[in-house]
Amino acid sequence: MSLSRADVEHVAALARLGLTADEVETLREQLSSILEHIAVLDRLDTAAIPPTAQVIALTNVWRDDEERPSLPPETVLANAPRRAAGFFEVHAVLGTSDAEEA
Amino acid sequence: MAPPATLLTDLSATAARRLLDAGELSAVELAEAHLARIAALDPDLGCYLHVMGEIARVQAAAADRRIGTGEAAPLTGIPVALKDVLCTTDAPTTAGSRILAGFRSPYDATVVARLRAEGAVLLGKANTDEFAMGSSNENSAYKPVRNPWHRERVPGGSSGGPAAAVGGGLATLALGSDTGGSIRQPAGFCGVVGVKPTYGRVSRYGLIAFASSLDQIGPFARTVEDAALLLSAIAGHDRQDATSVALPVPEFAALLSGGGDLGGVRVGVAREYAVDGMEPGVAAAVAAAVRRLESLGAEIVEVSLPHTEYALATYYITAPAEASANLARFDGVRYGAAVAAPTLRETYERTRGEGFGPEVKRRIMLGTYALSSGYYDAYYVKAQKVRTLIKQDFDRAWEAVDVIVAPTSPTVAFPLGARTADPYQMYLADVFTIPANMAGIPGISVPCGFSGGLPVGLQFLGKPFDEATMLKVAHAYEQAEPWHTMRPGANGPA
Repeated sequence: MSLSRADVEHVAALARLGLTADEVETLREQLSSILEHIAVLDRLDTAAIPPTAQVIALTNVWRDDEERPSLPPETVLANAPRRAAGFFEVHAVLGTSDAEEA
Repeated sequence: MAPPATLLTDLSATAARRLLDAGELSAVELAEAHLARIAALDPDLGCYLHVMGEIARVQAAAADRRIGTGEAAPLTGIPVALKDVLCTTDAPTTAGSRILAGFRSPYDATVVARLRAEGAVLLGKANTDEFAMGSSNENSAYKPVRNPWHRERVPGGSSGGPAAAVGGGLATLALGSDTGGSIRQPAGFCGVVGVKPTYGRVSRYGLIAFASSLDQIGPFARTVEDAALLLSAIAGHDRQDATSVALPVPEFAALLSGGGDLGGVRVGVAREYAVDGMEPGVAAAVAAAVRRLESLGAEIVEVSLPHTEYALATYYITAPAEASANLARFDGVRYGAAVAAPTLRETYERTRGEGFGPEVKRRIMLGTYALSSGYYDAYYVKAQKVRTLIKQDFDRAWEAVDVIVAPTSPTVAFPLGARTADPYQMYLADVFTIPANMAGIPGISVPCGFSGGLPVGLQFLGKPFDEATMLKVAHAYEQAEPWHTMRPGANGPA
């Protein structure tokens, strides 16, 4: 499986990961190589095998809907790069090109 | 009269407990001996990203008061290092990443809270590959860790800091995390004991998530008994982690007494774990260990785990896929480093592009690709199906055996820089440890000799939630051999 630069750029965009031109090329080569190793799985016929997402026999875990203390806003916001009026502050999205992505 | 400081950093937790309770040693002396050794050796070894010196001193003094009242818990006054993926309110938590430089968690991980309640002394936050992604600790954004047995060798990873700290006498015990071998592989490389508990045994609340269907927190120690003590302290249901299982937690260490006789225990040897490229010294040490188990009365049974060869490829789809989702939270909005940019989208891209290191980017990319439209079935679902086959291999093996014995890694610790150029060569270091994570079963690595002067790790795998049998067999083996008493150099690491 050999990836193109466009493939790498597409995946980086999905992952919201800014890459330099050099990184795109390095990742193109490395990911292509890793995917070749991963292709070993094609040898297995898994058509009739159910998937396993996790290994313990838990499905839904229920608990009582009870009131419990939560962290104070000041504590929650303490690590925020930008904050305003008791909120996390971000750039406006509505009315910009970002809106189409949201 | 307390033993000299050089011996204090060599004591097992169990031995220290006896001295502390007998009043022959104080927790303050024990903490000071470790802090002095850290100050002397860690500038070179790089085990710690943050030393909690003053906090440890306060905890040690409190431990001495508690011991004085006769109400000591098993870990009261015992020095412990924490892998820096475990959240702490009173010290930074970075996950070895620039993107979390300066991050201060508003809460403690459940395992950390449990250690505090025990009165353990927290020495500091131990070095790790960035977001626990790596097999050599060379992916730490801050500094490499050197193997206490040989300073030009890696300590293994991703829990390289905790493993080297315990191996080098810079902590009595440590906590790490194991997603594909990140406790067992560095334990093997550093000549110490490392346990990955059954998936669901230990709460992951406050563990910075890497791959949530695989991650487990577990102990490092210099003896199986110490590891068992620490496992009992951290295990058990936690309402903050819905995947933690509500099963009773045995006093694992108490079950080890009487140890030596393995009569009636069936130990499986899987033919698939003899692979090309295995270091001859590792193969020889493991073969000798199997003979030792037999001489202790164990019945050696050949088993087959036919899908072993597919585990690595399965892991390198599943783990990056889950990581790409988990690491989406690092977006420069709520915490962590942020790079200012004109739009929200550019803020995300620049923050993540500048904040993450090369291996983390590689895994986010690989995982995003495996989950993306058009490739989801071919990669992600395919891996989940092969995961079923890997788990079924073990389910069948448990019909014939109680534990499985295997090498921890195909080689001993490799030189720093030897595998950084080729990601897949690095991934191969985990070929024997990954299947346990895929199947959710417990595993332990114990020292089983040396190859070229470097420690070899022996791995035992157990049935789900039967850590007790796995620990018992590992303990019996350990006590029949001298390996666990050996240290890297009389006056400190070589």
